[in-house]
Amino acid sequence: MMTKTIALAGNPNTGKSTIFNSLTGLNQHTGNWPGKTVANARGKFIHKGKTFTLVDLPGTYSLLANSLEEEVARDFICHENPDATVIVVDGTCLERNLNLVLQIMTVTPRVIVCVNLMDEAERKGIKIDLNKLEKLLEVPVVGTAARSGIGLEQLLDAIDRVASSRITSKPVRIPALEYRFSADELAAGHESIAASTVAAAEAIVRQVVTIVSQEPHQFDRRLDQILTSRRFGIPIMLALLGVVFWITITGANYPSQLLSNGLFWLEERLSYLFLQLGAPGWLHDLIVLGVYRTLAWVVSVMLPPMAIFFPLFTLLEDLGYLPRVAFNLDYYFKKACAHGKQALTMCMGFGCNAAGVTACRIIDSPRERLIAVITNNFVPCNGRFPTIIALASIFIAASVGILSSVTAALIVLAAIVLGVAITLVVSKELSQTILKGIPSSFILELPPYRKPQIGKVIVRSVLDRTLFVLGRAVAIAAPAGVIIWMMANISVSGQSLLAHSAGFLDPFARMIGLDGYILMAFILGLPANEIVIPILIMSYMAEGTMLELETLAELKQLLINNGWTWLTAVCTMLFSLNHWPCGTTLWTIYKETRSWKWTWVSFLVPTLTGIILCFITAQVVRLLGIV
Amino acid sequence: MNKTSLTLNQLQLNSSGRVRAITAISPLRHRLLDLGLINDTIVKALHRGPAGDPTAYQIRGAVIALRAEDAACIIIDPVN
Repeated sequence: MMTKTIALAGNPNTGKSTIFNSLTGLNQHTGNWPGKTVANARGKFIHKGKTFTLVDLPGTYSLLANSLEEEVARDFICHENPDATVIVVDGTCLERNLNLVLQIMTVTPRVIVCVNLMDEAERKGIKIDLNKLEKLLEVPVVGTAARSGIGLEQLLDAIDRVASSRITSKPVRIPALEYRFSADELAAGHESIAASTVAAAEAIVRQVVTIVSQEPHQFDRRLDQILTSRRFGIPIMLALLGVVFWITITGANYPSQLLSNGLFWLEERLSYLFLQLGAPGWLHDLIVLGVYRTLAWVVSVMLPPMAIFFPLFTLLEDLGYLPRVAFNLDYYFKKACAHGKQALTMCMGFGCNAAGVTACRIIDSPRERLIAVITNNFVPCNGRFPTIIALASIFIAASVGILSSVTAALIVLAAIVLGVAITLVVSKELSQTILKGIPSSFILELPPYRKPQIGKVIVRSVLDRTLFVLGRAVAIAAPAGVIIWMMANISVSGQSLLAHSAGFLDPFARMIGLDGYILMAFILGLPANEIVIPILIMSYMAEGTMLELETLAELKQLLINNGWTWLTAVCTMLFSLNHWPCGTTLWTIYKETRSWKWTWVSFLVPTLTGIILCFITAQVVRLLGIV
Repeated sequence: MNKTSLTLNQLQLNSSGRVRAITAISPLRHRLLDLGLINDTIVKALHRGPAGDPTAYQIRGAVIALRAEDAACIIIDPVN
């Protein structure tokens, strides 16, 4: 039996992806549209014994091809002839959403309108007469509250009916839209089409929407007035981030300990197994002490903070807070001649810089997109947080006693504020030198706040983010473990390769407040930032394998024995914040820009920034003699 | 242009205006159209960012933030 193809269209922030996820479950795969840097998600579902392929089109306001996303959505609906198109609209903002519905109905009659967020609309006192809407549009209309799973059965039935043509939908008739437009005509007649669909939407809404309450969006407006106010906007933003870091730092300690105990217990079993099988000693050392122990380090250091940080961050995202961050910071990005949405791509970078670089697709202007790509690395990703958190905890916060976790959180926060400041300064510099130009126009929708669905947030953030990032780190750390083990164990004239290389780097590294081993660890950490500290520990122990350190106090003693001062810690944190992007990020930058030149620029800009910053810090502190 | 006409960025917070003309050129012009901003649309100024810019406006039930220089391309008549 033929699989029916169903397109899923809609404005951004309508809950389109919630519907996509609810209908297809885990039965989905993502990629790019052929030849385009626009994400393409497809999923399958079975209803009444029939198989359907659901194609999630990019969220757009229009089909009239202002942007790559709109072009992709328009071409799919016009040329791929899906068996049906589901248009998801926001029940709390029907009028603006109907615009897209009417535009799509000028090119295909096989449409189902899914009025989502009916629960939110009801809570806000917005009543929608769905029957009337169905009569006026002459296509099936289904009301849903996708987050609670309400209405999805009816939606499936409607899809089935339209796709198997048991009902023949007639498209709506609007005087200016009497005939079907071809794709080219759509683009050409933008102005008149927009004017007539907007007017038609207004007329329809007047007949189907009744607003019961005085001011339906009052709660959102009050919240916005606090969260974006002159007095509280920025402080609240910093406080929220600080709390997120504090919970991450405090919460991650215990599971980290448990995990590392478990993983090192497993290591002993592995060693025993190798011994029993009579495997040669070098093989045991390479596999168990090289590969396995590197993996154990990465997992036990990274997993707990990620499993706490990502859900918290997704929660803020789910609430609708991130667009407010972009709103609060836009003025500063404008001053830096950059795009306001760069604040959003920067936020993604906190999770993973590669994800942040991919997110830069939302910026249309090529110049501003490049600025966002090049500067994304200035905010620390999850692979670098553990380094910054560990050093902040042991060198600066440890002496403060019970407030240590608060102090550590404040230091991480300071690192991020510094990262944002550097992002703005470098963006401005780039705008005045190699990427000259004036800021393009900026339109940002502030969607209504939504009650987050805590259970789903945890599941999705663990599946989509935590496991993804961890999987990548593990895949990279395993071969890196082999290389590191070999460098530490192959000796030339009485010294390991690692010691030789570190010795070579040492004079330069000292000038920027580091030492040869630290710089070497950063270089070997190119595949994944999270292995920098493990490599460093391994080098200092000179035992040829990464050691297990039970407590942070032991780590501090080890570092002090190797000549560390607070200045070394500060410079290492600075260099962690400002150095080359990791291998995955560089590869992503190449894929997104298709240019080795811009990939090199993205490598050199943060690296030079880091060297200059560390050099100045180290020289000034030494000159003042305060270390 | 009417004697009392303003550009959108001059609109006081919590007051509304009716769109007279849009002087923006594409792509901004098309984006504004797609958000339902055509002549005679009622726009209300809601709140400004911490630095006084951008400003959030209510446009056809949605909240849209515009930078001052982009809002200056929209001519409105104040309404009560």
